[in-house]
Order: sequence, then C-alpha cells, then structure tokens
Amino acid sequence: LADDLEREQSGAGEEAERELAKTDEPAAAAHARTDADEADAPPTEDAAERESRPLDETEQELLARLERGLSDGIVESSDAFGTLVVRVKPDAWRQAAEVSKQSLECDFLSFISGIDWQPAPREGEEAGGDTSSPVQPTEMTFGVAGSAGRMQVFAHVQSTSRHWGVTLKTDVDERDPHAESWVQHYPGADWHERECWEMFGVTFDGHPSLRHLYLPSEFEGHPLRKDYPLLARVVKPWPGLVDVEAMPGEESKEEEQAADAPAADADTSAEAVKGDGS
Amino acid sequence: VSTDFAVDAQAWRHLADAQVNVELDTGDMILNLGPQHPATHGTLRLVVRLDGERVVSADPVIGYMHRGYEKLTEFRTYPQVTTLINRIDWLSSFANEVPFMHGAELLMGIEAPPRAQYIRTILTELSRIATFMVFLGEMGIQVGALTPPFYGFRDREHVLNLIEAATGGRFHPNFNRIGGLKDDLPWGWINECRNTMKTVFDACNTLEELLADNEIFQARTRSIGIIPPEIGAGYGVSGSNLRASGVDWDLRRDGKPYLVYRDLDFKVWTHPDGDSYSRYWVRLQETRESARMVVQMLDQIPSGPIMAKVPRIIKVPEGEIWVETENPLGQMGYYVISKGATGPFRVKIRSASFSNVSILPWLLRGVYVPDIITVLASLYFILGDIDR
Repeated sequence: LADDLEREQSGAGEEAERELAKTDEPAAAAHARTDADEADAPPTEDAAERESRPLDETEQELLARLERGLSDGIVESSDAFGTLVVRVKPDAWRQAAEVSKQSLECDFLSFISGIDWQPAPREGEEAGGDTSSPVQPTEMTFGVAGSAGRMQVFAHVQSTSRHWGVTLKTDVDERDPHAESWVQHYPGADWHERECWEMFGVTFDGHPSLRHLYLPSEFEGHPLRKDYPLLARVVKPWPGLVDVEAMPGEESKEEEQAADAPAADADTSAEAVKGDGS
Repeated sequence: VSTDFAVDAQAWRHLADAQVNVELDTGDMILNLGPQHPATHGTLRLVVRLDGERVVSADPVIGYMHRGYEKLTEFRTYPQVTTLINRIDWLSSFANEVPFMHGAELLMGIEAPPRAQYIRTILTELSRIATFMVFLGEMGIQVGALTPPFYGFRDREHVLNLIEAATGGRFHPNFNRIGGLKDDLPWGWINECRNTMKTVFDACNTLEELLADNEIFQARTRSIGIIPPEIGAGYGVSGSNLRASGVDWDLRRDGKPYLVYRDLDFKVWTHPDGDSYSRYWVRLQETRESARMVVQMLDQIPSGPIMAKVPRIIKVPEGEIWVETENPLGQMGYYVISKGATGPFRVKIRSASFSNVSILPWLLRGVYVPDIITVLASLYFILGDIDR
C-alpha cells in the first residue's frame, strides 16, 4: 500500500506538476474500479457524524452573543470541525461585523472572500475540452449553514485576547451581487473586499474605492466564478503533452502516446469517479 | 484609538511651513518605488506621495506575481495541491504544506502517526529558522550594513542542508502526504540536526551583537513604524509583527491543537513597543526559541510508522473546514470546501503577508523616505505570500 502511494504521489520540485498530472490521473482511474468500496465508504460516514455534532461551550457562548446583538439577523448556524459557522441575512452583514468586534471581542480580521456554489462545467467546449481535473458532483449543493443561492460572501474573524473565532456567511444575489462593506469596522477589509470584488464580482456598498487589486485594470470577467474557465487549459490541452516542439525530422514516441493516451484516460477516469462517487 | 493619523506636534516643526509654500512651490511629489526595488524582495510597487522628505500617502500596487492558486486548486487532486502551496511562501515551503494536509486529514478522519507529527513539527520549526535567518541578516542591508546578510545567509545554509537531507528539496520539499510523510529521516540526521542547532544559537548571538545592539541600527529602527495592537489586529497583521506590538497570541499555543506543540515547553515572545526594532527583536528571540524546540523534539521523538493507513485514492468526504497555523510570516489558513471528489471544490488561501502588507498605507503615512525601506524590511513579507 505504501509503495503504491509513493508511486502515485512521487515527483518533487519543478517537474512535479507535470509529472503528477500524467501519473496520478490514470493511476487513480485504474485503481478506482478495484478499490472503490474500501476507499470511500467509511470516511464519508465519519464526516457526516462529526459535522452534525452539537456546538461546544465556546461556540454556544459565541452564538448567544451574536443572537443578542443581531436578534433575528441570524438565518442558520452550525459547527464545522470545531469552528462556529453562522449565516446572517444580507442586510445584517455590516451589523454582524460590528457585533463581532464589540461583543464577541473579535478584533482580528482573518479574511473576507466569496464562494460560488455552482458546479463548474467540466466537459465540452465551455471547459476547453478539459477532462483531466477532478470530477465534482453536477448538482448544486451547499455547505455548512446552507445558502439561499449560488453566491455567498464569507469571512473569518478572531479574537487575539479570547483566542476564539467565528466564520460568518451571507447570501448575495447572483444576478446583482451586493454586500455591505466592513471597512468601517475592520480597516483590513479594504483589500479583501477589493479582491472579492474582482474575483467574484461582488460589489461592496460603502467601500471607499473598489478597484482591481491583483489583475490589470482593463481585465474583464471574474476569474474565481465557477463558470469562468481556467484559461491555461483552454489555450492548451492538459496535461501539456505538446509542451516541447519536436525537433525537425524527429517523430518522438511521446507524440504517439499523446495521440492515444488522453482519450482513453479521460473516459475511464470520468466513468470510474462518477460511478462510485455517491 | 482612532484610525485617523495624528502627527506628533513636535514633528510638525520639520515640515515646510506655510510661508515657504507661498514663496516656493513645494507641491507634493510622486515617488514610484519598485516594482523592481531591492527592498521589496520581488515585485511590490509602492506609489508614494511626498511632501518634502515626508510621506503623505502610500499606495502599494500588488499582483505582479499573481498566479491564481485559488483557481488552480480547483483543477488539482489533493496530493497535487501540495506542489502549488509549496510556492506560496517560498522561504518556508514546508510550513505551508502542513495546514492543508492537516485540514484534509481532519476531513477524512485520519491522523498521521506520532513520529510523522514530530518530524513535521521539526521541519516546520527548521523552516521558521531558515526564514528568520534571512530576515535577521537582510534587515542589516536595508539600513546600510553589508556584513550581516553574509552571516545570515551562511548560517541559513546549514539549516537548508538539513531540510534537503531529510526531504530532498532545499526550497520545495513536497514531503507531506495525506496521512503522514514520504520518508523517514535519514541515518545520522538527528545528530547532525543537534549540531546545527548549536550553530543557530551562535548565529543568533553574532547577529544580536552585530546588529541589534548596534547604536546606528537602533537609531534607524527605534520608534519608527509603530503599529498599535488594535490597528494591527484590525488590518489582520499577524505573527511576529503583532507580537512585537505586545499582543500575546501565538497559534502554536493558543489555536486549535495541531502537530505536537502541546507536548513542548516554549515561550511566546512579545515586545511592547511595536516599532521596527521590536519586530527585529521578537524574530531574533523566536529563532532561538525555535532552535530550543527542535532540540526538545529531537530528545522526545518517538519511533514508529510514518504513514497512517490511507486509501489508495484520496477522496475527501463532503464538508468544509477552516485550518490555521502559525507560520513564520504569521497566520496561514486554508478554508477547504470538499464535495466528496478527488480534488477540492474551493480553497480559500489566507496568507500572512497579504494582510501584513495591507497596513502599509496607514503605517507609512508621515515617515521619512529612508524609513520607508526599514519599515518595509521589518514587516518582512514574501511576494509569493502576498500575491498567491
């Protein structure tokens, strides 16, 4: 078993990316059929059990304080491996920051970001004919504390004195994504919201200057949305089989393999993973 | 404390007064620093507005090295993701792998065996030492002292040799596996490590005498670039930078238990001042503390397997998890969302330098031009960790 693992995961340093893409996927596909049951069944049950466990004392305390501050602004709350996750109404988002800072004593802003729950198109033209990446479920499901729709904004705040933290989520409308800005409560929200705006297209009302952070100012589109394809794969089919042009007059073995390999791999991997996924 | 910047009444005397402004045009000047300035360790660009020698406003321009790792993780399997996250903070690659692996293991409900946990902790602390060695030397060059970086880089090499001997990679070990490690430590490594820790202690002493106690160095760094704790926390500044502002918060001690830090006896160093000097001082102490922790772990390391029983195909059950660790540069966190596939559905990477640098517009207001460099250097960021 250990040997297999090593073989599958081998490859370090610069070549690793290419290496892994070549070796890992076909190997995974081959094993998937034989070892499907022993591989998946037990951990799935475990996770379900652990996720539905009740809140511990700290989490109850945090939730109680949030409820006092937000009253009916809380939609749902849950535990995710020891961290409290609370979903608040969109119009209580700014207030949630205020309550976190004042009554939860969470003075430390860890991050603000977005989630797009829509499954990404994985096959065909839209994904650039990409069949090499892991196959995700095709129906839209939501994570801990649920969601009203496709787009969500979430953030994590922590306390430097009490050493606790809470993850806050809110729903945003997918056609016209808007959320309230946190800048007046956490100055660090500035950059995080700019990032979220350019990556997910969520407008933060009350933010002093929403402009591009990472990407050039003329960039169009929102790259972290699931319907935005990974352009590298559109331009060049993965796993980059024609990385290096063959020397004139040199018909390499690799090219012959390149012709056969991807089609076969793609079929088996898609089949295998889908077959035992649920 | 309000976030509005208030200039010390004494300092106003140094500014060009209104009278001069009428006679000569002393309008603001824009100074473009970078993206290729040596003090920025890569490609960070600062657009600074100057009134005379004093900074009126500073606007960092980032993204020259944005590689889109959050998007790329959605196209990789779990074992492949380590290759990417190795390159976030490239000076302490090993420490980047740990939280992601830890998160994936928690989601799968498996635990790495004790020996693997110990080796992981040792290598994490060695990464911290290697990272800080660069800082301790390089801080000298930013204030004009050429000797310290040579000492810093020379002694870091010993630590990198250890990491290379154990993992095979100097910078990108790619050594973690879900459920354990790729290999055990090579023969003789533990003794070699013990000797190297002595070198590290010596190096810390040398650098302390050479730089930290130096009068010129202190004049250039003391009471410059002060971060008040409330402001720092609001910006998400973490790690040694926040501890140098007197916040006694270290995820190794105060966070959710990870690795074997609960078994170790170590001190969390803080400094009340919050200036550039205290950030240097805290990192110096933390380098020593890390070396002490490594020595402790070498004494305690248990024997046993280094891999847990893991299914051949890594499929992480549906769920989401927030994992955070105390990395050399500060709080490193991953928010991993899994939908039961061989790869993650979404990974939010919370990197330390991004937040540490986001305080710059606030912090640089009112400092003098040469101090921009010392403040930048004392915050200690890695470009890959900002841009991801």
